[in-house]
Amino acid sequence: MNSLKKSLGIIWILLGPAAIFFLAQQAYTKVGEAYAKADALTDAAAKAAANDIALNSLLQWGIIILIFVPIAFGLVIFGKYAMQGDYNKLPHSSAEITDY
Amino acid sequence: MQSNENKGIASVIFSSSLGTLIEWYDFYIFGSLATIIAKQFFPEEQGTAALLSTLAIFAAGFIVRPFGALFFGRLGDIIGRKSTFLLTLVLMGGSTFLIGIIPGYKSIGILAPILVLVLRLLQGLALGGEYGGAATYVAEHAPANKRGLYTSWIQTTATLGLFVSLGVILLTKMSMSNEDFVSEWGGWRYPFWVSILLVVVSIYIRLKMKESPLFSKLKKEGKTSTNPLKESFTHKANLKMVLLALFGAVMGQGVIWYTGQFYAQNFLETKVNLDFEQSRTIVLWAIAFATPFFVVFGALSDKIGRKWIMLLGMLLGIITYRPIYATFLAKGDVATTAATDAVIGDVVVKRDIIKGKADSLITTTYVKQNAAGIKYKEVHADTLKVATGELALAKVVYNEKSLPSSTYWMFIVLVFVQIIYVTMVYGPIAAFLVELFPTKIRYTSMSLPYHIGNGVFGGLVPFIATLITSFKGTDALSGLWYTIGVAGVCFVIGAIYLDNAKDDNVND
Repeated sequence: MNSLKKSLGIIWILLGPAAIFFLAQQAYTKVGEAYAKADALTDAAAKAAANDIALNSLLQWGIIILIFVPIAFGLVIFGKYAMQGDYNKLPHSSAEITDY
Repeated sequence: MQSNENKGIASVIFSSSLGTLIEWYDFYIFGSLATIIAKQFFPEEQGTAALLSTLAIFAAGFIVRPFGALFFGRLGDIIGRKSTFLLTLVLMGGSTFLIGIIPGYKSIGILAPILVLVLRLLQGLALGGEYGGAATYVAEHAPANKRGLYTSWIQTTATLGLFVSLGVILLTKMSMSNEDFVSEWGGWRYPFWVSILLVVVSIYIRLKMKESPLFSKLKKEGKTSTNPLKESFTHKANLKMVLLALFGAVMGQGVIWYTGQFYAQNFLETKVNLDFEQSRTIVLWAIAFATPFFVVFGALSDKIGRKWIMLLGMLLGIITYRPIYATFLAKGDVATTAATDAVIGDVVVKRDIIKGKADSLITTTYVKQNAAGIKYKEVHADTLKVATGELALAKVVYNEKSLPSSTYWMFIVLVFVQIIYVTMVYGPIAAFLVELFPTKIRYTSMSLPYHIGNGVFGGLVPFIATLITSFKGTDALSGLWYTIGVAGVCFVIGAIYLDNAKDDNVND
């Protein structure tokens, strides 16, 4: 079991950046689509409304990526700890956690 | 003696749970009334207001909740659990009441959405601080063999908060006309005003509570943490447990929780197109029947351990979500028989000039009933082109479906099953988190993974599900892959890395 815990660590390390890459790619596509839709419009009022929607989409994706970057970083650290065997034996008392 | 002890712990559980329930109620009424709030405070045609709306929805759930967990968690580990979660209650109740008295955009312009945004962010901050405090407080009063049972009462509050908020909104809406409910100073504000009464009662009860015995002991011995954030997240031995809690338990719990309670309702309303009342009462009934199981699984976790109950809840969700949601679609389908279904009411035809064009929009609404007993509206929105006299047929929409009794109860059972999964993953988790961390940094350490798991992973269920259904080749069920994927990763991590052993001693 301990060797499985260690070897899966590499999966968690790769999963973090992969998730961010996927989200960034989606953000680029979706926000790009929204701005392209706005650019294609000729009516001034409709164009302004579409630009607002595109800006809103940019804001949503910005917040999501901002919050997911540290989480993905956490997954990488989790994978690193797993690879190092830090989860081979979990602590059974607080004294083992407060090792500082 | 035993009776006094029982009375004491009952009072601890009641006063903690009531406050937490009220906080969830406050947080949910904003979400449940989002459409009306958007019209009153964030009109779509006003670009800036719409941006503020996005911030209010996204930032309150995803950014501010984890910050609330850090801010109040730190406070709770330094000054104590009781004072901290009293503060979160005041902040939440005050913000909710104030949202209810802010004039609409029509009256005070851009100030209205700015004020609502600020108050919504304060709500998110308060929610981030409340749960960890209440769970820690109850757990630190509970004997080791009943920690799961006692903390499971705190776990019922998130579901009961939704139940009470839906109930209050439904009752208010049913007691007046739709126009009276949605007007600027209409009935939609009443649930916000009700909050102040609930909060005053809860503050009174909480003021009479004593500090957690374990925290008091630490304080007396001068062993409280001086920098809980540093001790929680920069020391490897504790950080590795925070990460394990997040990726091996709370992340999966968050998506199962949001899918069962929120995505189900949203799916029934927007994909199956049930009417407003049925989509909500189905969830209300399911919640009412399933809520006792939080306590059942909390108590069971005291006997057999927390890990496998939580992981089984995730696994069942992973396996059965797609068949359950496919059944919703199949049983609510009317499109295949609509052409031969009986028209049971007047046919309403409406003609509107399309803005900026000479063409007209002809909307024809039929009220029909199919052989299975589903009553529904069939709406044709066709364009009459003035230049050619041609009628361009648009897609037909079937909405406001009302299910017959047998199908209605079948849907309640299917939502009930999903909420049972929620009770399995959520019932034991407070005890699980409490046992993972030492007393001096417990509030901080458990609050952050909880609010990332629930606020971020859970809160993103509707957004990412909608995103997935926008991909080519997807269908109405494809959105479930987000929940299945996150719960799947969490299940693997939990099964391999977590221990099933309970930590009987949380006094250290």
